[in-house]
Amino acid sequence: MEVKKRKKDIFGNVSLGLVRLTFFFLVFVLILLLGKIFIEGIGVISLEFLIDSPKNNMTGGGIGPAIFGTIAVTLFMVLFAVPLGVFSAIYLNEYANDTFFTRIIRTSINNLAGVPSIVFGLFGLGFFILFIGKGLDDVLQTGLLFGQPALLWASTTLAVLVLPIVIVSTLEALNSVPKSHRDASYGLGATRWQTIKNVVLPQARPGILTGTILAISRGAGETAPILFLGAAFFLPNLPIADLCIGGYCIPMINPTEQFMYLAYHIFIMATQSSNPTKTLPLQYGATLVLIVLTFLLNITAIIFRYRFRKILGRL
Amino acid sequence: MEEKDFYSKSADSKYAKRIGRFTRLKESAIKLFFAVNGTMALIFIILIFAFLFKEGLRALDHIGLMDFLFLDRTDASGTVERVFQWYPTSEEPRYSLVPLIIGTLLTAIPATIISTLLGVGAGIYLSEVANPKLKEFLKPLIELFAGIPTVVLGFIMLVVGASFFNDLLNPANRLNAFVAAIGLSFVIIPIIASLTEDALHSIPNELRMASYGLGATKWQTISRVILPAAFSGVSASIILGFGRAIGETMIVLMCAGNAANLTANIFLSVRTMTATIAAEMGEVSQGSDHYYSLFFIGIVLFTLTFFLNLIAEIIINKMRKKNTF
Amino acid sequence: MKETKIVVKNLNLFYGDKQALKNITIEIPSKRVTAFIGPSGCGKSTFLRVLNRMNDLIDHVKIEGEVYIDGVNIYDKSLDIVNLRKNVGMVFQKSNLFPKTIYENIVYGPRINGIRDKKLLDEIVERTLNQAAIWDEAKDRLNENALSLSGGQQQRLCIARALAVEPEIILMDEPASALDPISTAKIEELIHDLKKEYTIVIVTHNMQQAARVSDQTAFFYLGELIEFDRTTTIFTKPAKKQTEDYITGRFG
Repeated sequence: MEVKKRKKDIFGNVSLGLVRLTFFFLVFVLILLLGKIFIEGIGVISLEFLIDSPKNNMTGGGIGPAIFGTIAVTLFMVLFAVPLGVFSAIYLNEYANDTFFTRIIRTSINNLAGVPSIVFGLFGLGFFILFIGKGLDDVLQTGLLFGQPALLWASTTLAVLVLPIVIVSTLEALNSVPKSHRDASYGLGATRWQTIKNVVLPQARPGILTGTILAISRGAGETAPILFLGAAFFLPNLPIADLCIGGYCIPMINPTEQFMYLAYHIFIMATQSSNPTKTLPLQYGATLVLIVLTFLLNITAIIFRYRFRKILGRL
Repeated sequence: MEEKDFYSKSADSKYAKRIGRFTRLKESAIKLFFAVNGTMALIFIILIFAFLFKEGLRALDHIGLMDFLFLDRTDASGTVERVFQWYPTSEEPRYSLVPLIIGTLLTAIPATIISTLLGVGAGIYLSEVANPKLKEFLKPLIELFAGIPTVVLGFIMLVVGASFFNDLLNPANRLNAFVAAIGLSFVIIPIIASLTEDALHSIPNELRMASYGLGATKWQTISRVILPAAFSGVSASIILGFGRAIGETMIVLMCAGNAANLTANIFLSVRTMTATIAAEMGEVSQGSDHYYSLFFIGIVLFTLTFFLNLIAEIIINKMRKKNTF
Repeated sequence: MKETKIVVKNLNLFYGDKQALKNITIEIPSKRVTAFIGPSGCGKSTFLRVLNRMNDLIDHVKIEGEVYIDGVNIYDKSLDIVNLRKNVGMVFQKSNLFPKTIYENIVYGPRINGIRDKKLLDEIVERTLNQAAIWDEAKDRLNENALSLSGGQQQRLCIARALAVEPEIILMDEPASALDPISTAKIEELIHDLKKEYTIVIVTHNMQQAARVSDQTAFFYLGELIEFDRTTTIFTKPAKKQTEDYITGRFG
């Protein structure tokens, strides 16, 4: 019997090769970009750069207040977004039945994830500042305190923006707890809340932490939503106020003040600096810091998630 | 067995315990608490709609609906000219959204086309070609890529990319739709790549085995069996990517040139809807027509992306029901 | 004299539109071992879960009929289900121990019932681990991860955990199907000891096990109860032909 020699699938192999090339081209470009930022920016990085205020019209000094502002805002953001998101996910996964209504909720979560970031800015302005903030001022008779751009409203707006991230991560974490564990708990006569609190949540904690880290990373990188919610390019002071009770005063973050923000700072420097040549190294430096921050957070979350998925696999 | 004996025990049996009112209330309260939290995502979507419309529709108090498309201008000599311009700060304010919408499309469409080609390719690589051990390391790489803040991408395109393309292609404007589109691609490629990989990966292995069993090569299997089966998933990812491109702000703000030109030439500066809101909101006075018109743009933007997301979601749900990806 | 513990009358169960259990009527005696046998998918596990209302946790399930334990209809709307499940314990097919220590697993049940006193909890742990014949193996490892035990040991631990809430009835859903012959023998020995104090209902696909372990056997097929009688009768002189066919292995 004659066995015909198979014509090599040249077209197929070329296509596969192209596909491989595409992927590694993208990786190559990514490395190029990051490399450029690193090379241009590393020279500027120093302890002073990370702590000092900007000086001489941004041609000197550092990004200290911007880093502080970023931390302050994301801290408040997490305080709002994480409980809300976790409770939301608990409802969807542990309490709700599969009805039309829950499907609408899930659609809303996906939709919220797709809202343009600038629309969040408009929402923050129209809802948080002009409605809630102004309302607070009217009720508490505080004049124009809450009804203006402030750290608080930037945080709440970003919290709504990252809410889908927290919900989705928590859902994944809750889902990864085997049904048999819940069955065992119910079989022993536990109520639903007892089961959630004692069996489900402890096992879901790593996933929730992962979601929180990813949310922080996203929040720290966003610029558009906070453009007119309180971000400022230069402030003489940090948004800190002393909280005095009795004779004791503790410095606390003042949520009604404006703030500097690293992502915003980069944007303004890049588009509106008075002396581009002098500020360019600083721009690179600030960008390097932001990228390193984001990457560290993301890598931590990824490794964390990888490890707890592995652990669950072994169970 | 005496039936009477069996049932007569019931009154004091330990099985007869009724649910305590306190416990019932407590568990109901807890459930209610979670339910309220659970609906927050829905409530926020509704609130966004509500407050955008609240401020944006007030633009129609002084600006006619048609004015958002064009203005018929009468110049000094008496000739009437139909202009499509966005120029709210002029003596004769013009509020046409047309140049802004064109600007958005001129950046988003090329970006989506490029990202589809590269992103689907990357997705195919990850799902079908890369060996599994390598894939475990590469998939997080895509996630890292996706995590780059858009302001960083805008910055890099501004200081490096613009000059690079300027030297290469010699465009009319240094900052133009093309540069912005390239920048946008960096955002959208990871989205399309990731979702495409998910879609391809969920095609059951039996289909691959069937194809190989019939003597097909790897590429034939991918192009004739897997991709078609994953068509819905891949389409949904492209739609979502397009939606993201339309909604992106920082990159277009920094790289597209910010001149509201009415043009189809991607090498000219353009202004997108998102960049307009971002650039002008800081300078309008609250309560002015200009202020409300920015919210109006927000309505158009949000509605557009809302429907794109909805379509993508319907496609994904349909395909989950049919169990094909 | 045989006392009845559970009375089921005309029980029907639907998963959405599909009827999984058809008109089941049965009386289960107290302090005896009753086995449910039948081919895969015949509804025996589903029916077992009717007895402690575990099916309530599944979406789209509809139940019609009456189930009485000690004369009380447990499907009464105002019945405290949590309390029911304390009195009707369940051991599952695969060990579902919590990823906690052995000690923590056992005291989980008592703790959620409000028992906090450490001395009392320690007593419960020792008593139940003894009842489950695993005290010697576990007593020095109480603070180790429960999942570090072997499969057979984990199942006995599950039984101990169920005993810790002091049920009267124990439902077992194929408790030994995932275990090796030696562990299986240990579990069967355990069941033999436990029936002195507890009413036991065991679902098994292993006919020999049913013959060894139970006093009564119920044969289920396609959602119906075909025959229920003393185990010796079922396995030597079954009244229905279907029962005989199953017993003799004509279908499985």
